Amino acid sequence: MNKLPSIFAGVLLTFASAWLGFVVYPYLALGHLQPVPDEDTGGYFPPTSSGLAVAGQRVYAANGCLYCHSQQVRPAPLSTDIEKGLGPRRTVARDYLRAQPVFLGTMRTGPDLTNIGARQPDANWHHRHLYDPRSVTDWSIMPSFRFLYKMRQIQGQPSDDAVNGLTGPLAPPAGWEVVPTDKAKALVAYILSLKRNYPLPESPMPAAK
Amino acid sequence: MNPPSQRPSTNPANMPDTLDSQDRAEIDTSTRGPVLLFFGAAVFWLLLGSVFGLLSAWKMTHPGLLDSMAFLTFGRIRPAHLNAVTYGWASQAGIGTGLWLMARLCRVRLMHSKLLVSAAIFWNLGVLVGVMGILAGDSRSIEWLEFPGYATPILFLSYACIGVWAVIMFRYRRPGHVYVSQWYLLAAFLWFPWTYATANILLVWQPVQGSAQGAVNWWFAHNLLGLWFTPIGLASAYYMIPKILGRPIHSYYLSILGFWSLAIFSSWNGIHHLIGGPFPAWMISASVAASVLMFIPVVTVAINHHMTMSGHFDALKWSPTLRFTVFGAMTYTVVSLQGGSMSIPSLNAVTHFTDYTIGHSHLGMYGFFSMMMFGAMYYIVPRLVGWEWQSATMIRWHFWLVAIGVLLMAGSLVIGGLLQGLAQYDPTVSFRSSVEYATPFRVVRGLSGFLLLAGHLVFATLFVQMLLKAGWRREGPALFAAPSRNKPEADAA
Repeated sequence: MNKLPSIFAGVLLTFASAWLGFVVYPYLALGHLQPVPDEDTGGYFPPTSSGLAVAGQRVYAANGCLYCHSQQVRPAPLSTDIEKGLGPRRTVARDYLRAQPVFLGTMRTGPDLTNIGARQPDANWHHRHLYDPRSVTDWSIMPSFRFLYKMRQIQGQPSDDAVNGLTGPLAPPAGWEVVPTDKAKALVAYILSLKRNYPLPESPMPAAK
Repeated sequence: MNPPSQRPSTNPANMPDTLDSQDRAEIDTSTRGPVLLFFGAAVFWLLLGSVFGLLSAWKMTHPGLLDSMAFLTFGRIRPAHLNAVTYGWASQAGIGTGLWLMARLCRVRLMHSKLLVSAAIFWNLGVLVGVMGILAGDSRSIEWLEFPGYATPILFLSYACIGVWAVIMFRYRRPGHVYVSQWYLLAAFLWFPWTYATANILLVWQPVQGSAQGAVNWWFAHNLLGLWFTPIGLASAYYMIPKILGRPIHSYYLSILGFWSLAIFSSWNGIHHLIGGPFPAWMISASVAASVLMFIPVVTVAINHHMTMSGHFDALKWSPTLRFTVFGAMTYTVVSLQGGSMSIPSLNAVTHFTDYTIGHSHLGMYGFFSMMMFGAMYYIVPRLVGWEWQSATMIRWHFWLVAIGVLLMAGSLVIGGLLQGLAQYDPTVSFRSSVEYATPFRVVRGLSGFLLLAGHLVFATLFVQMLLKAGWRREGPALFAAPSRNKPEADAA
């Protein structure tokens, strides 16, 4: 092995094989999927998201939610995800075609969020939880995201969007209220949009028992 | 018999025919500016990255710690840690070592080193902008590629200069044998820009649609480990072990097998991070198969290094470089076999989303690669500054602090991760239990971070003393003990 061209060619060709398999193939095969029409409503699966939810993805990325929360339901027997109630069916490539970026995640320090919008559809719950996780779940190790909220004195009537029912050491004192910033509103809109509970041809919903 | 020019080269110490000690000193001197700059900046990022890592670790057991400001939240400090140590510490230590090894093994002087000095400055500017961007909230949350889109072009331009220099040195090498370390280095300097550019284009600048992002992401992230850090680490081990022992590598043919099997299998490994994910089954199967086949390059290299060391393990008692390098080489075997086993679906079902993976990655990036780099720097830096390490005792402290630290860290995360994973796999166990089982092990991991940081402070102190030529002029290198026999190679340390 004393010749530059032979080492050069070998090094590049071996690498090109996996590049074709794991970059070019997915780019061609998974990078151009289309949503499936829903004949009952005239909509599409996966459904479109509101502009606020799309903006919420940036907040999710900026604050690194993905380091503790996955967004994928794996099939049996590779996992017990479905049995554990993370979702009714495995997630497939088409589920992610509107996601940008795609937060598949590699850790479950916290619970999977593939279907959090279906499991917990209450926006106020999410605001309380983001503001002070341990006031909702006392054993939680999620950090507080109260830097996405403003605490301010109530002027006359409490604001419409103030977070209700806050308790614990971080709760506002009497005469004060906690209101979400635009970032917090976008993040919660995104969390609520996470509902992979529609059927897809390649991953149908299980028949009702 | 082969004619001499085609005889397999198994010994980097065995090339004195065209290189006397004055030549060697001139080559070392020609690399001094850029290599010391890469090393010095690497040590800075190692310290800063350790602080980020320690803070992230303690936030996992004390979530209220420093939680009132956005830039200190776990989801920003953790990627700041990963990117500071990956691009700031490990890549720069690797580039410095790689350039020096390339110059020595090609027996050419590094020309126009000022250009490489500017490349180093730009690289650090890129890392600084990237880390600040993450803390400011511009992270892409694409693992191992969190730097915002305005930081990565700086890194890439700087890298282009570094990579071209390495290939040019190889092109103008003096005639003679090409040593195994040179194949690894040449390959690493070619693989890195390909994988880094592909990932940046398809994930950051013109993102590909949907789950294809996941495939590109983990193809890239695993390549960074397997085809950037691993070949540089192995190149260093292949150089340092025979150099210090003054005896050739055990087998030339095992070196070839180890190199090409790494090239073939390693780049197919990445999708084992996404077993069960939204991808065609063949992609996951291919990746699992390639991960298990990594057994071949790993065991090949392990046998080759072990047989070279065999009968000479007493050298670990006196040589700092060898002690760090052999620790790294042994960890490479362990961590790679562990990685292959983790891709087997039945074990992966338990470990996939847990601290087990974090333990594994620290064993690889630290126990293998960083230890290899410490070993290389203990060898290289004295030859660049013309000064010896001031204290063998401090080197010993550095070794034991980080060796115990990384084993404690990886061990606690592996055990805690298994418990966490078993709880998450069992449908009758609540999610809460998976958090509570892992907690005591996360406390141990947090403590191990203090050992690592203390070791890094010792190393940084030694390094600054070297740059300032502080202390006294030593006679001969700083060794742990008197060498056990006459060293055949005057250049050994």
